Amino acid sequence: MTGEAPVISGTSVVKLARGVRLRADAVRGQTVLLAPERAMALDDIAVRIVEALDGRRSLDRIAGDFAAEFGAPVEQIASDVQSFAHELAIRRMLEIVE
Amino acid sequence: MSDNLALAKQVDARISSVPPPMAMLAELTHRCPLACPYCSNPIALTRADEELSTAEWIGVFEQAAALGVLHLHLSGGEPAARRDLAELTQAAAAFGLYTNLITSGVGLTEARIGQLADAGLDHIQLSIQGVSAESADRIGGYGGGYGRKIAVAGWVAEAGIPLTLNAVCHRQNMGEIEAMIELAIRLKARRIEVATVQFHGWAERNKAALLPTRDQVELATRTVAAARQTYEGILVIDYVPADYYSTYPKACMGGWGRVGLNVTPSGRVLPCHAAETIPGLSFATVRASSLAEIWYESDAFNAYRGDAWMPDLCRSCERKKVDFGGCRCQAMTLAGDARATDPVCVRSPLRDRLTRETDRLSTLSSDTLIYRGR
Repeated sequence: MTGEAPVISGTSVVKLARGVRLRADAVRGQTVLLAPERAMALDDIAVRIVEALDGRRSLDRIAGDFAAEFGAPVEQIASDVQSFAHELAIRRMLEIVE
Repeated sequence: MSDNLALAKQVDARISSVPPPMAMLAELTHRCPLACPYCSNPIALTRADEELSTAEWIGVFEQAAALGVLHLHLSGGEPAARRDLAELTQAAAAFGLYTNLITSGVGLTEARIGQLADAGLDHIQLSIQGVSAESADRIGGYGGGYGRKIAVAGWVAEAGIPLTLNAVCHRQNMGEIEAMIELAIRLKARRIEVATVQFHGWAERNKAALLPTRDQVELATRTVAAARQTYEGILVIDYVPADYYSTYPKACMGGWGRVGLNVTPSGRVLPCHAAETIPGLSFATVRASSLAEIWYESDAFNAYRGDAWMPDLCRSCERKKVDFGGCRCQAMTLAGDARATDPVCVRSPLRDRLTRETDRLSTLSSDTLIYRGR
């Protein structure tokens, strides 16, 4: 009855849950992540991560792609991507695809 | 020319000191089959023939989106009483607004939920009055309501629309909070809002039956804290505690005229749903003014912005940036003065009197309910 709490790891494949979406907020000149009763203003890096949560690539793969694009250490990026995904998951903002 | 420039600068300065609204509550109608004794609608309900038309509401949504509103709450009364609900939802979604339907569930069918999903509805907030037909239908004053809500939750889950349960708590059902949280999980809700009754309007008339006891409030707070740990990642629990038992007032509406606005069925624009209980304020209507003028320029929205209106006690208090002086409607109800320090605040000269009155009321064992509109 209670279901299982999601566990986020490098092999997780996730996407935004239905009812959660990115929106350009032209009035305030920012990008916001909208969810029930929540509006989170995101910085450019967070926007890139959210856009990368495509329900096809694993978090490790996403981190690897960013590391190649920005020439940055993959370990640090993987840790940032996973902790950001974890924060979204505990707010019920993600659908865990696998 | 220079006059115009000076005026433009003044307007710019005022606009930059007042942030654009984030959220709008559209009370599409006051019609409702339920008769909850704590209904947040005013004592004097708007008649159906005074309601804004479909085209008028769509015009308001368009203005709201341009003004910076992100979340649109379609509420009532019971919004499903409006036959144009799907049409309104579709129009709002097309303006980019995040659409949230706040409903009792009564009046929704499987077919209508499908139409709302197709219209782009982002989220549904379904009220529950208790966890059994007997207790819930007694509070809602509507036989068969509980069964209907359970059916609606099933159709919502099938349509894939995210669901929040909205549980208003009070003396009569405070012992059911744990069961309400379990019901939310069973109904596949992602969130539950457990909100203690606020004592304005109808609820004020039912205080002797609805005001929770101190023991109930302490148990509820512990129950919510434990459930948040147990269900982390499964169910988000938002909790509004009973503010009569709090040390400091709530940051009502996130501050007067700072975050949100409320449009009544006939188009009057309010800083909060209870604002009409404050005498001396007059509220502009979308039939005569633009939403932007009302938000930035109207006397009612500017009445309690900033700190110039505050008594010295609040203006000199570091918490004014936390709670913005608390709730103006509560100050009106309890102190007889909308500018007074919210009497819930431990620093209010009226706090001791409120504590004595709260203790007295909570020892009464009244279970007589005065139903909305009956």
